[in-house]
Amino acid sequence: MEFEPVIGLEVHAELQTESKMFCACPVVDSTQAAPNTTVCPVCAGMPGALPVLNQKAVAYGLRVALALECEVNRISIFARKNYFYPDLPKGYQISQYELPLAEHGHLLIQTSEGEERIRIRRVHLEEDTGKLTHVEGGSLLDLNRAGVPLLEIVSEPDLRSVEAARAYGEALRAILRYLEVNSGDMEKGVIRFEANVSVRPKGSRELGTRVEIKNLNSFRALERAVSFEIERQSRILAAGGVIEQETLGWDEARQATYSQRSKEDAHDYRYFPEPDLPPLVIADEWVEQVRAALPELPRQKSSRFMQQYGLSAYDAALLTAEKEVALYFEAAVQALPASVSPKMLVNWLTGDMFALLNQSGGLSGLGRIPPANLAGLVKLVAEDEINAATGKEVLAEMFAGGQSAEEIVQRRGLRQVSDSALIAALVRQVLEECPAEVAAYRSGKETVMNWLFGQVMRRAAGKANPQVVRRELERQLKV
Amino acid sequence: MALTLEEVDHIAALARLELSADEKEHYRLQLSAILDYIRKLQELDTRGIPPTASGLISATRLREDEPRPGLKRDHLLANAPEKEEGQFKVPPVFDLDGGR
Repeated sequence: MEFEPVIGLEVHAELQTESKMFCACPVVDSTQAAPNTTVCPVCAGMPGALPVLNQKAVAYGLRVALALECEVNRISIFARKNYFYPDLPKGYQISQYELPLAEHGHLLIQTSEGEERIRIRRVHLEEDTGKLTHVEGGSLLDLNRAGVPLLEIVSEPDLRSVEAARAYGEALRAILRYLEVNSGDMEKGVIRFEANVSVRPKGSRELGTRVEIKNLNSFRALERAVSFEIERQSRILAAGGVIEQETLGWDEARQATYSQRSKEDAHDYRYFPEPDLPPLVIADEWVEQVRAALPELPRQKSSRFMQQYGLSAYDAALLTAEKEVALYFEAAVQALPASVSPKMLVNWLTGDMFALLNQSGGLSGLGRIPPANLAGLVKLVAEDEINAATGKEVLAEMFAGGQSAEEIVQRRGLRQVSDSALIAALVRQVLEECPAEVAAYRSGKETVMNWLFGQVMRRAAGKANPQVVRRELERQLKV
Repeated sequence: MALTLEEVDHIAALARLELSADEKEHYRLQLSAILDYIRKLQELDTRGIPPTASGLISATRLREDEPRPGLKRDHLLANAPEKEEGQFKVPPVFDLDGGR
């Protein structure tokens, strides 16, 4: 029997405000700051300390809610989620339960199946927990992260593949970064996933028993954990077994899910309205103000790029996935002469430039080549001033040294030779010196052509126009 | 409505309380009385009255996003039974998980 997965995602995103959700303690990079240096009686859960809500955190939450086309609840309620764990000093987390900040949104994602519309069930505000480090004989607790604003974004179980789950996660991350509410630094744990996974016979409309996989901190962990679960559950069902509803963790070392706690105390959080916080009331004017200030989002930018620059959907998606890349591309395309196709710029940017960035530790390297300089390089190639191979070399040097393409080409004398008389002479010379290869070619070994081509290019120090060289080689060999 | 002893055990486990047999029976009766009182309230006809989540009438006050330093670390850790490397030291939590 063939099975179909049904996946829903809960995404926890830190809202990167200056101060915490319910107190004025600074929000710091909890992977860097000295432990327990940004903690006060409120976020340490001292008796008698009272929470006061951060306006900016609400505004950031509204940005996300509106970008996901949710309905904002004009009144929302904070609730206590009660459980005991050492990283939660109060013994409860302030969250939202019955009346969240916003509901009923959606997000469009792109997969190999085409465009899919994933419904968003709810978006709510809550606070992050502290951080535990396990040591000999116990665990150490750092409360710097306790009380940092978190936004929880819950999808409906609309995802039908691992690919869709990843695409959804990535699309959401891009939106959070475009909205400037979250850095998207997955390795710093500012975005975390929980996946609800069940499987059912393909074509069935009923939902199977689902499991919840917690603490997935990278796209890779998300993909692998969900794949693992789909396979595990399909195997059990195929053998006539039943799935147990449970909470699972993901063991990175073993690449397997594991059961996290017994059924008896699952989900008994005893939520009740937070008596220390009156309802959150959001005026229509505030919603409209936030809506009016929303920036152009990845999908809008993507369709504009397709229209304005004649790019394919694939290229446009690639360029708009990261805000920095989209801004870089637009700055570069402004500096490109109208005679040069933007598609050529895209190829250089997403090909060789991305390769250089990958080798050097990511997008922060974009600044090493000003956008106008990349446009300058593409122009030189487009106008046959240098060939593509030289272009790659020049790009690497621009990346390393910060000079413009024009400067490097001038200084190193790399301008391409298209002079056909000169190239003809070089070709003649090579053919004379390599009679054996010429004979081999003429007896039908056509691959020798590439070798001969290489010899001519070498003699021209790589600067010859490759099209002219090839044409000339073919012409002389035919004689 | 009388609670069962099993329900009392469950609630005690959630609250991380260890109770003697006498205490269990004691709290079973007290908690049952509270539930009876709530059941009495449920007899009221509340049709047409919107649910109330808070006894506070006003909307919550919002604070400007302006950071201020918190406690000095020595003060924060002053009452900690155990500390190490500027952190609270707690019993091992490998096998626990309260979820989030």
